[in-house]
Amino acid sequence: MAKHRGRGIASINYPIGMNLGGDPSQALVHSNPSGKFTVSLSSIDLGQGMKSVTRQICAETLGVPVEDVYVDTADSDTGPHCMGSFASRGTHRVGNAVMAAAKEARGVMMEAAAEELEVNAADLDTDGRGNIHVKGAPHRSISTKDVAIAAQFRQGKTISGRGIFLVPLSEVNPETGEMSPATCYAHACLVAEVEVDDETGEVAMVRMDSAYELGRALNPRLVEQQLVGGAWMGISHALFETPEPYYPDPSHGPRDFVEYLMPGPGDICPHDIAVLERPAADGPFGAKGPGEMCANPVLPAVANAIFNAVGVRMDELPITPEKVLRAIKAQGGARPQARR
Amino acid sequence: MTKTPLQFRHNGRDVALFVDGGVNLLVALRELIGDMTPKFGCGQGGCGACSVLIDGELHLSCLTLAETVNGRAVETLDGLRDGPNLHPLQRAFMEHFAAQCGYCTPGMLMAAKALLDRNPSPTRAEVIEAISGNICRCTGYEPIINAVLAVATSGRARA
Repeated sequence: MAKHRGRGIASINYPIGMNLGGDPSQALVHSNPSGKFTVSLSSIDLGQGMKSVTRQICAETLGVPVEDVYVDTADSDTGPHCMGSFASRGTHRVGNAVMAAAKEARGVMMEAAAEELEVNAADLDTDGRGNIHVKGAPHRSISTKDVAIAAQFRQGKTISGRGIFLVPLSEVNPETGEMSPATCYAHACLVAEVEVDDETGEVAMVRMDSAYELGRALNPRLVEQQLVGGAWMGISHALFETPEPYYPDPSHGPRDFVEYLMPGPGDICPHDIAVLERPAADGPFGAKGPGEMCANPVLPAVANAIFNAVGVRMDELPITPEKVLRAIKAQGGARPQARR
Repeated sequence: MTKTPLQFRHNGRDVALFVDGGVNLLVALRELIGDMTPKFGCGQGGCGACSVLIDGELHLSCLTLAETVNGRAVETLDGLRDGPNLHPLQRAFMEHFAAQCGYCTPGMLMAAKALLDRNPSPTRAEVIEAISGNICRCTGYEPIINAVLAVATSGRARA
């Protein structure tokens, strides 16, 4: 009876968003007379940070401080349409829609500023601090607030913009069945090290090392947070969680958090993450999205690590101590594989 | 049904109310006092979202009969900040991105406060032990552990 260490690797190629019906999202951007901007979305931020990221995208596109942008989400009664927060699509799809809306609003804002400064709009630029000035002549400037006031009360203009991002529905090649279900893909590779107890069947996480390629990380701290939390969820799916432990037999299903097991703070392990940035051609500022991909490579890597440790191929999730013990018994004992 | 008069300290202020027999402290805090910071997660002590301090000790308010806190001091997340100033733990949670959806955060903060009040310089293992009754589904716990450790080590010598 012993504890065996093993190491496993997995790589992921993950499509951003879906293509069923085109997968569109819309955004509306408008200013109020204080010169601050509101982004209206129906998209939902569950804590993954879409509000922060769309705020950054809008501010950057408009050329105004991020503090001057407010993002209003998750009201499908009043907001423009969104397909939803799933398929790692938020940053990419909603971000692109916000970018398009902000671009249109910026055009109106610059026209309104041009009228006030009596210059051509093409000669104007924003300074990112709430002012619009003549290129090469920073003293010839007007604040976005004064532009908003002028547009509202003198020029009779709404500084606003509409945006939609719609991937055209992919045609299926009748000869080959080939289609393009997604426009960009994120990638990940993860190495998991585990310790398997051949007496109890328990699998303990020892460490993880991973690399994620997700376009440009628009908010590196949020990306890191997503990757750390998502890897935990991967451990949970690999080793703990299931609503139907004896599927398809529904008996013994968990009824509460005492029976629905998840890794606790003592079950996590050191995780070293490298973020690689390879901007996507059609992403907002090159972003793809970490999304679901952050959990996915953990599962096969853990299963491979268990094989490496005790020589059993686990093909049903979650990999519970009971399943590991049965597999080891069926094979006549643990058979540690060569470590590479 | 007869109601029972109940008086206790709530975040440093005296409160007096009438409760039905069998009402738990979580319901009393949220529905009768209007302090929405303790969260209802599971209602049976499995998740820690409703954690509060009673006379300085960590308790699950969903499993505590309201009548049992008569004459005692109850602290919730609502009383953690000092006026406009956040508690060091709240600041550390922000700085370490220790919250995503935020539903577990009130309970986590109270569990962390209970720990630091009795042990100002805990080890990582002690922090893990202290929050092990609180479920978080977003962060993977690592940022929460780091946030608590940052407060434990800042300004205090750590073993």
